[in-house]
Amino acid sequence: MPRHYAAAAALIGAALFTGVAFAQTGKVTVVTSFSKDVTDPFKQAFEKAHPGVTLDVQNRNTNAGVKYLEETKANNQVDLFWASAPDAFEVLKGKGLLEAYKPKAEGIPDKIGSYPINDPDGFYSGFAASGYGIMWNERYAKANELPEPKDWQDLAKPVYFDHVAMAAPSRSGTTHLTIETILQGEGWEKGWRTLKEVSGNFRQITERSFGVPEAVNSGQVGFGIVIDFFAFSSQASGFPVKFVYPTVTTIVPANVAVVANAPNKAGAQAFVDYLISPAGQEVLLEPSIRRLPVNPAVYDKAPADYPNPFKDPSLGARVKFDVEVSEKRSNVVDVLYDQTVTFQLDALKAATKAIHDAEAALAKKDNAEARALVSEARDLVAAMPITAEQAASPEITGAFTGGKEKGARQAELEQQWSAFAKERYAQAQAKAEEALKRAR
Amino acid sequence: MADATTAGRAHAPSGPFRHFMTSATPGQLALALAITVFLALFLIIPVGTVIYVAFTEKGTGTFTLVNFVDFARTDLFIRSFWNSVYVSAMSVVLASIFALPLAYITTRFDFRGAMLIQTLGFLPLIMPPFVGAVAMLLLFGRNGTVNLLLNDWFGFRIPFMEGLNGVIFVQAVHYFPFILINLSAALRNIDRAMEEAAQNLGCSGFRLFRRIVFPLAMPGYIAGASLVFVKVFDDLATPLLLNVKDMLAPQAYLRVTSIGIADPMGYVISVVLIVMSILAMWVSARAMRGKDYATVQRGGGGLAKRQMRPWESVAAYAAVLLILLLVLAPHIGLLLLSFATIWSFSPLPDGFTLAHYGRVFGESFVYVKNTLIYASLAGLIDVVLGTAIAYLVLRTKLIGRQWLDWAATAALAIPGVVLGIGYLRTFYGVQLPDGTPLATLWIVIVLALAIRRLPYALRACYAALQQISVSLEEAAENLGATKVRTVRRIVLPLMAGGILAGFVTSFATAAVELSATLMLVQSNADAPLAYGLYVFMQSAAGRGPGAALGVIAVLLVALCTFASHLIIEKSQKAKGAGH
Repeated sequence: MPRHYAAAAALIGAALFTGVAFAQTGKVTVVTSFSKDVTDPFKQAFEKAHPGVTLDVQNRNTNAGVKYLEETKANNQVDLFWASAPDAFEVLKGKGLLEAYKPKAEGIPDKIGSYPINDPDGFYSGFAASGYGIMWNERYAKANELPEPKDWQDLAKPVYFDHVAMAAPSRSGTTHLTIETILQGEGWEKGWRTLKEVSGNFRQITERSFGVPEAVNSGQVGFGIVIDFFAFSSQASGFPVKFVYPTVTTIVPANVAVVANAPNKAGAQAFVDYLISPAGQEVLLEPSIRRLPVNPAVYDKAPADYPNPFKDPSLGARVKFDVEVSEKRSNVVDVLYDQTVTFQLDALKAATKAIHDAEAALAKKDNAEARALVSEARDLVAAMPITAEQAASPEITGAFTGGKEKGARQAELEQQWSAFAKERYAQAQAKAEEALKRAR
Repeated sequence: MADATTAGRAHAPSGPFRHFMTSATPGQLALALAITVFLALFLIIPVGTVIYVAFTEKGTGTFTLVNFVDFARTDLFIRSFWNSVYVSAMSVVLASIFALPLAYITTRFDFRGAMLIQTLGFLPLIMPPFVGAVAMLLLFGRNGTVNLLLNDWFGFRIPFMEGLNGVIFVQAVHYFPFILINLSAALRNIDRAMEEAAQNLGCSGFRLFRRIVFPLAMPGYIAGASLVFVKVFDDLATPLLLNVKDMLAPQAYLRVTSIGIADPMGYVISVVLIVMSILAMWVSARAMRGKDYATVQRGGGGLAKRQMRPWESVAAYAAVLLILLLVLAPHIGLLLLSFATIWSFSPLPDGFTLAHYGRVFGESFVYVKNTLIYASLAGLIDVVLGTAIAYLVLRTKLIGRQWLDWAATAALAIPGVVLGIGYLRTFYGVQLPDGTPLATLWIVIVLALAIRRLPYALRACYAALQQISVSLEEAAENLGATKVRTVRRIVLPLMAGGILAGFVTSFATAAVELSATLMLVQSNADAPLAYGLYVFMQSAAGRGPGAALGVIAVLLVALCTFASHLIIEKSQKAKGAGH
């Protein structure tokens, strides 16, 4: 259905603009979630390469940008949508707000890591990639005598309790992909177990992606699960932070798309072409931007230590990523995480702390009964209200489509899931506390 | 409406409370109608187009209340509801503790620097988005200046900014100026004769304050306190900054703004917020009912200012300084941040630089110009509407006049992003002759700001009018003045202090508002300061320049505030001299 609409929109768009000779002049309007540090260099370089064209940048966060395009589609004045989160592009594509365009650039591979660079239907194109990893504040780590983490699992260790932060997957499309990668890599049950063990150590779950690097930079939180360029640009600004890619990481593309019925379609396409051309790709290497080009040839011009996902297999290539599975359950995964972790963080942390304490006591003086209790507690924490099959089933995914289809209401499911988690966290805490008593 | 007119005429100006039972003149009717149209066009319709979803059934789109049943059945929402109530009530208490001494000392005593303190005490209201939060965390956060030093010296930390108590602390610091500014205006308006009469009867000291002065200033205090309550109840920025998500306003925001999920609950919560805000205003109006706060004699220049004895003076200065230091800490932090090279996990920045100001200097001019235009226009619209609504509610018997007040107040409860979406939905389809959509004009930003800040100005104007005795107007009319002339020559001049207070509050807060603006800004050339700040605050390198812009915004608003205090002071003196 959505594809249908999009095709229709594209047709109308094409019909409207056929024969209208838009030379590449005038104003190209772009709605973007990128900061000034990213947009300014591109604006300068693009305007230099295309004299007579001005790039008009409208900064909106991704949510506001999507809503804006939706509300203004009847009389659209925007040429381009330019942001990181692939899910936002999926939503726009589904609503028929994008227009397919195949950039002219050559030598762009199909995939970066295991994630396809471009939309298979051609509605949006990846122009840069970024990987997820762990960023930490060195002063904080030193003051609290915390070791350097190397992998996701490290963050589940008791030493990091209350020291870690992440953006909520429902608020950050890139965090969502990281969660999804863990779920696909380890399987539904094991994946959620890992996620909850790590999440039990969280100090905060922020509602915007930049909240995490901000908290780490100012030293309010020690460790953050962040996208690489946040860490690199923080380092470039002089903050005492370090960054590591875990052995298994996702590489996700940042995208650009031409908006349906763009007033300056030729200009919009010129900008997309420029972004993916070697000249545009090189702008990505600037220290204030530091994203990974999607053109492998451009890495020759990069500094020696620049991460190269096309050469380094640990950057994304090791994980398997099935886009279809991800798309189908994306809302379900977000809401599950919010209901069982984000909004239950205090209960989850209390259970996690109790388990840590019991295990510390057991390490000193072992006790089989207590060990069994701890293991039960861990299972209770890890338990999920629905299985992988249910998460992809139409009965459940249909609850998140809003007013269009009948079926369960989102609020009903949310209440069930949060009650499920809350009850089990309380039980887990009780069991772990019981274990601690016996281990003494 | 015709019924209302006759019903109004039927009442005679009698009763124990000397209410001025006027009839509704055609002019008043027209005014009421004009305001109704304005509110309908720029508040009720745009918001209605967005939140009607709360009343529709999933799948069929027919009318239903099942979403509200879901609200009541969901633990998270019920928990959020009570958390919001608790936080709002406690914030009023704490804000009163900050505001009462400042207001009392500066208006009642001959106190050097009273005007400066009034201005400084007002600044916390102007907390630039994002960067204000960063500054606050750098000072009071778990690893902020205070806690790092405490931990070094004494080995413990104070959780200023943790959980609900953190929200209460930050909200009280942020919004106590509402109480300060309204209470100060009210104290200035109290008839000196009342106080003197009490003193002649042997009342003095705290008893005088508790029994005479404070009760007479009640309209101002209630105006401020109810604003604090409602504002805290509806505020989403502070809880989210502290990562407290189980409160109502953040829940509404998180749901309204998630990508791809069309969940009605966000709008259901918005409706609950609106109802609660109106309820709070209604309760505060009830609390004032049956009491007359008006005083007849005007021109006494407010309470007698007296000299303090030396020890009183010392105590007063100490109290004032302590409170100011606490509530201005975020701004001190902001100033440090704007000069800081790197500030991370340390009590003070590593070094200082002027580079951030250099970076924003060139482009900040257009932002400053836009901010001044938008905020002053919005403030102007607000005091005009606020005065008119206050007059209609307090001085006429039009049926349903309360609803004007409540509708305007409901604007407080509407998340900026909902208003922004509503404006796009309502006005984007309206095209100007040259084909550009109405919603792309900068005047739409002004209207959105005016609607969002109207409740502030309205409360100030309302309180000011409550303190004016109707007998002054009756006297004027008995002497043959028309209603319009009475309003112009008697009511407005007497309300001047309150109107200015309202203008300043609306202006200052409009100058740093972001959430609706972010939806409506069409290009950099039309953007206000807050938008410029947002653009910087999305990257690590932008923190310094963002702070510099924040300082510029605060200075700008502070200067305007100081200027209006000068005007208030001058007019008070002029009145006093003419007496």
